[in-house]
Amino acid sequence: MHEASAQPVVHRHAPPQGFIRKYVFSLDHKVIGLQYYGLALAAVFIGMVLSWLMRIHLGWPALPFPGLNKLSPNGAPGGLMTPEYYLSLMTMHGTIMVFFVLTNAPQAGFGNYFLPIQIGAEDMAFPRFNMMSFWVTFLAFVVLIAAFFVTDGPPISGWTAYAPLSAVGRDAGPGQALGQTLWGISIALFCIGQLLGSLNFISTTLDLRTRGMSLARMPYSTWAWFVTSVIGLLAFAVLLPACILLILDRVAGTSFFIPAGLVVSDKLQPHAGGSPLLWQHLFWFFGHPEVYIAILPSIGIVSHILPSFLRKNILGGARTVVGSLIAFGFLSYMVWGHHMFLSGMNPFSAILFSVPTLIITIPATIVVLLWLGSIYGAKIRFDSPALFCLGFISLFISGGISGFFLAQPSIDIQLHATYFVVAHFHLVMAVAAIFGIFAGTYFWAPKMFGRMMNETLAKWHFWLTFIGVYCIFMPMHYIGLAGNVRRYALFNDDYMIPMNPVHKFMTIAALATGAVQLIFLYNLFHTRFWGKKAPDNPWESTTLEWSTPSSPPPFDNFGGKYPVVYRSPYEFVEGGAADYVIQTSPVEVGTH
Amino acid sequence: MSESEVALGHAAVMEEPAYALPPKKLTVWLFIISDSLTFGSILFAYGYLRVGSTNWSTPFQFPSILNGMIMTFVLLTSSLTMLGGVLAAKAGRKSVTVRWMGLTALLGLLFAALHLREWSHMIGEGWRLFQNPTGGSVQFGAAFFSITGLHLLHVVSGVIAILVVAIGFNRGRLTEGHVETTGLYWHFVDVVWMFVFPLVYLMNAAR
Repeated sequence: MHEASAQPVVHRHAPPQGFIRKYVFSLDHKVIGLQYYGLALAAVFIGMVLSWLMRIHLGWPALPFPGLNKLSPNGAPGGLMTPEYYLSLMTMHGTIMVFFVLTNAPQAGFGNYFLPIQIGAEDMAFPRFNMMSFWVTFLAFVVLIAAFFVTDGPPISGWTAYAPLSAVGRDAGPGQALGQTLWGISIALFCIGQLLGSLNFISTTLDLRTRGMSLARMPYSTWAWFVTSVIGLLAFAVLLPACILLILDRVAGTSFFIPAGLVVSDKLQPHAGGSPLLWQHLFWFFGHPEVYIAILPSIGIVSHILPSFLRKNILGGARTVVGSLIAFGFLSYMVWGHHMFLSGMNPFSAILFSVPTLIITIPATIVVLLWLGSIYGAKIRFDSPALFCLGFISLFISGGISGFFLAQPSIDIQLHATYFVVAHFHLVMAVAAIFGIFAGTYFWAPKMFGRMMNETLAKWHFWLTFIGVYCIFMPMHYIGLAGNVRRYALFNDDYMIPMNPVHKFMTIAALATGAVQLIFLYNLFHTRFWGKKAPDNPWESTTLEWSTPSSPPPFDNFGGKYPVVYRSPYEFVEGGAADYVIQTSPVEVGTH
Repeated sequence: MSESEVALGHAAVMEEPAYALPPKKLTVWLFIISDSLTFGSILFAYGYLRVGSTNWSTPFQFPSILNGMIMTFVLLTSSLTMLGGVLAAKAGRKSVTVRWMGLTALLGLLFAALHLREWSHMIGEGWRLFQNPTGGSVQFGAAFFSITGLHLLHVVSGVIAILVVAIGFNRGRLTEGHVETTGLYWHFVDVVWMFVFPLVYLMNAAR
């Protein structure tokens, strides 16, 4: 029975007063979630502009860019980018997008907002840690952006910051002085923010579930945020010392990553005893789990959203979906060497990484087949969240298939560091996760803002973006196979000349798709302030976030009462007044 | 009713926590796991470079090793005194707890003092993060100072935490749970030293 409603409730912190406490230094996980989301929105805009600059240069390398010489007189004299300028754009694009967008929005953004609600808690286990982790992440972002404004500009070593380029300092090129050090500090701060966040997510999930919410009854999104936090706890713990050692090499004269006898720009570097491969091992031991951190929350979000629009649970149920998430997490730590097939490592050790990489395709394929199997025969409600979920599945498959090829060292010899790899990770991770973020936004906007987003605009947004991203990234597979190398600012070889029209096409697609995102931005802001009021459960969903007494939820999420959970999530039934049963409903109905 | 349910005032309204650990204790364990990986990474870096080096130095003569053994004894004893503090806190005996924790902090400071004395001796001989006065690999200094420096940072923060928690417990603002989690962190710092001492000192003892 509902003893819970009769229980006195002890709030762990009082409702905040004043603007600063309510919206700036807030302890409320909902506000913090939106703060992370807002940070990701700002970051994705900057990252996109950087990519446009890169793409315009690649499509029209001889065309002077009006105004760029005023912005960066050293980097783009006369409006023509130097190769180093291009590399700095590429570095900052990757760093901003991977860290501040993909690691932020699906996990810290939606996770912070909805994990406590989905398990029936009033807030995270450690609200002050939560606030701290956002502001540390924000500080990390400010430090990174500061790299744009230092004299020499931002670093040029890529988001992967390979040594010795990243470690030797100014001799390696512009941006490699203060810019790279700021990069190292920013990422170290980011690690700390993420570690605090992981501690919070894990404790909250394990300890703060309401009565009846066993681990088996948690929604897929909660499971994904939980598994991602565990991966993050271990991964960021390795990136932090790696960044510190890099900073030591740069400012304290150590040689962790710099070998003896290295001559850069005709200068013998005063270092000895280090190994560039050491950086690669440390970075990729973090870096591979990182890409799963980027995609798993979206896998969870899509698995969570789909049942509401298919009116049935995902095929295979919780055990298979959650089992796959855990398999992903476990295997992600065994494959880092597949980024290093061409580093000079022993080809036999390459097999040790290739085999688990191929094995990790199994849980990936399982979740894809489960989704496809659930969609088959379902009466689909084609609202915008569902469209973006279907788009996610499409992109995940398209991007994932190229992974099978790259996993094999023999094929990777040809494909490593070509546009084939660029196509792979953009499709499977970047754009797929963005579609997951869009799906989550359209799905949860009614709950976060109490208003429905405009469906017509949403559908235009979906179709134009879906077509656009395929136009941008599909051709990259072909030019990559043909030998187009990545991270080059100019393609002067004869064999590259026929590929320039492809670059022009991709640039136009990128600019157009970027412009389309204005539809989303307009929709988001218009909805937030003037959207049509939403009912409490507009998608007729079954999980706890749809049982809050208001939208947006009240300060303590459930209005003074703790929910009691009686059933698993995603129960959809035949017959009866409604075809779904919310988790808090104790009424026995015939289930299928 | 589990500790966490009581602590949060939500008895009988929540599910049993998955590991029967209150949130704060669970979090300290998670932090320990994460920090182990951080130390593991830096020790891996040291091992990787040492194995690949052709001119690694082994400069530690017996006095350095003896100093290290004394430091080990001091730290292990401090874990024992910390345990005394935790037991006293569980029995609710405030002044006894403060005394045990104060002793632990003192031993921690002694460890740090012995460490810094050794550092200044080495720096006086010409060792730096980037310099090896014996002419061997310059990475010896880098590895030595960064690993022991990271550990020392954890020792000093631990000492501060012990003092803060001891005072807070004495005034009734903090509970025996806080004392226990501080103890947990302190034991972790000790365990890390049990890896650092053999790998950094004993393996580099003069042949």
